[in-house]
Amino acid sequence: MAGPASQYDVLIIGAGLSGLAAGIRLAHYEKRVAILERHTTIGGLNSFYQLRGRRHDVGLHAVTNFRPPTLKPLGPLAKLLRQLRISWDEFDLAPQCGSRVVMPGASLRFTNDFDRLQSDVAERFPDQIDGFKQLDAAAMSADTFDESREFQPSRERVRSLITNPLLEDLLFAPVLFYGSPTPHDCDWRQFAILWRALYREGFGRPRDGVKPILKTLTKRYKALGGDLWLRHGVQAIRSNGGKTVGVTLDDGTEIDAPHILSSAGLPQTAAMAGDAADLPTDPGPLSFVESISVLDRPASELGYDDTVTFYSTRDPRAGDRFRYANPEDPCDLTSGIACSPDNYQYFEASGGPHDEGCLRLTVLANPEYWANLEPDVYTREKARWHAAALDAGRDFDVLPDVTGAQASHVLDTDVFTPKTITRFTGHPNGAVYGSATKIRDGRTGLDGLHVIGTDQGYLGIVGAMLSGVSIANRLLT
Amino acid sequence: MTRPEIRGVILDILENIAPDEDLTDLNDSDPFREQMELDSMDFLDIVMELRKRYRVQIPEEDYPNLNTMNGTVDYLEPKLADTPV
Ligand SMILES: Cc1cc2nc3c(=O)[nH]c(=O)nc-3n(C[C@H](O)[C@H](O)[C@H](O)COP(=O)(O)OP(=O)(O)OC[C@H]3O[C@@H](n4cnc5c(N)ncnc54)[C@H](O)[C@@H]3O)c2cc1C
Repeated sequence: MAGPASQYDVLIIGAGLSGLAAGIRLAHYEKRVAILERHTTIGGLNSFYQLRGRRHDVGLHAVTNFRPPTLKPLGPLAKLLRQLRISWDEFDLAPQCGSRVVMPGASLRFTNDFDRLQSDVAERFPDQIDGFKQLDAAAMSADTFDESREFQPSRERVRSLITNPLLEDLLFAPVLFYGSPTPHDCDWRQFAILWRALYREGFGRPRDGVKPILKTLTKRYKALGGDLWLRHGVQAIRSNGGKTVGVTLDDGTEIDAPHILSSAGLPQTAAMAGDAADLPTDPGPLSFVESISVLDRPASELGYDDTVTFYSTRDPRAGDRFRYANPEDPCDLTSGIACSPDNYQYFEASGGPHDEGCLRLTVLANPEYWANLEPDVYTREKARWHAAALDAGRDFDVLPDVTGAQASHVLDTDVFTPKTITRFTGHPNGAVYGSATKIRDGRTGLDGLHVIGTDQGYLGIVGAMLSGVSIANRLLT
Repeated sequence: MTRPEIRGVILDILENIAPDEDLTDLNDSDPFREQMELDSMDFLDIVMELRKRYRVQIPEEDYPNLNTMNGTVDYLEPKLADTPV
């Protein structure tokens, strides 16, 4: 085929996880569907790339919601895979070894067994355990499918049950870091989703990273007859009398379709569709600098045993609270997420442990600063802040000394910034979690134009796929 | 299609939708939902698979007929009488 057809039933903007999942559902039920992707490859915010002979994942620390279908009731990932007609085994998810959240005065461990976290809380915060159990019950029973647009704060709810500021910060840090587009707080529905995804269900990862997940999805989509067009950016969404009629591509080509699902984010979707779409345009303030250090041995041999470590060096006991916000400095060195893809219990059948190791470190970053540097300054600043972040983590005793005594074990490094994220996914500000406003019902001011993915309010790999499936189902029924 | 053939089709759809469920001891007169985990999305999938495979349209008000295997076969029998497997 030389190019896209001139007409489809549904067009999907973006070959990220939400777009691919939506495409599978629609193609399975015989819709003529095309995914249009501006970039040269699939995956969006969770893609992979080749650098100096090694493959790296853009994002993947952990696939959340690790709850295999042998456990009933089914978790969201198992339900999602049913909808995609993909078996649990195809993603080859190995369970994590165990993660931690660390702050001055306490650390809590959490694994894929919720009792572990609960007993850590009981041991370290005996006077808070009843509140903790009530918070768990509230998070488990929250209506996460409530589609109203108003922001529902979590802080007050949590504070009414957890009265110790240190425990409050310990429980909030992983939740905010893994999915809040809002500084200092998180919408209660999102809090509940993440509580289940991180603490109740836990983490898994395919031995070979996100690639097998993306390949499985793409293969399935294409086998069902779906079209996928890379290097086909959408410039405008065309409408007539309040109804979507199609798109115009970057090269001016027009494609017609009565339905369009956009995973491009609210500001870009608004820019493509014009005022008639009636969408909020805040890009979202929060972004990150993330670094990858390739090691000549597994990270555990350098003393790093956690799957993921969420940390903050501020001391809530002294009133210095964990800070989740856009920093004034280029990077916030007082907190971070460390992670080693080595620390999963990989199956021998999938190849067992890797020979080389990997350590990833993510810190909050100031998007404006990174967006406006001269190229040579940009390169220098990346190296400087990457080293400073690793040093801060080492000084806080959560990371090995990979810039000093153990530096000889580092084979390669790569660093990316908010600017990198914008360049490869189009999201302004490098806003990984999108706009603070979410359109939970996916509806816009235009008939036929639907928002999917991050800005529908469903984040992360599993969330993005669920979002695509739920909106596709609405079109199908 | 005969009744046993329709039953076979439904089993095939259930297996396709919920490969993680063991259907060997399925009791035809008890509700599906009491014997396996089937949420509303899965239930809609049964309806959509029937539409895709055999072009049967099932209006929403008829959904309660599909709660058990026997009910489903009763309901589909006239609709699929002239449809080959
Ligand atoms: C560093 C990092 C680490 C992460 N770690 C994890 C993790 O460990 N676990 C987890 O679950 N999640 C993680 N995430 C989050 C997860 O990757 C995202 O939530 C998810 O991938 C979002 O998918 P999406 O489909 O909503 O959007 P996107 O992936 O952003 O997809 C949108 C796509 O649309 C394309 N596009 C935009 N505009 C146009 C246009 N005009 N025309 C055509 N195409 C267009 C973009 O190129 C992009 O491919 C991480 C993200 C990052 C950045």
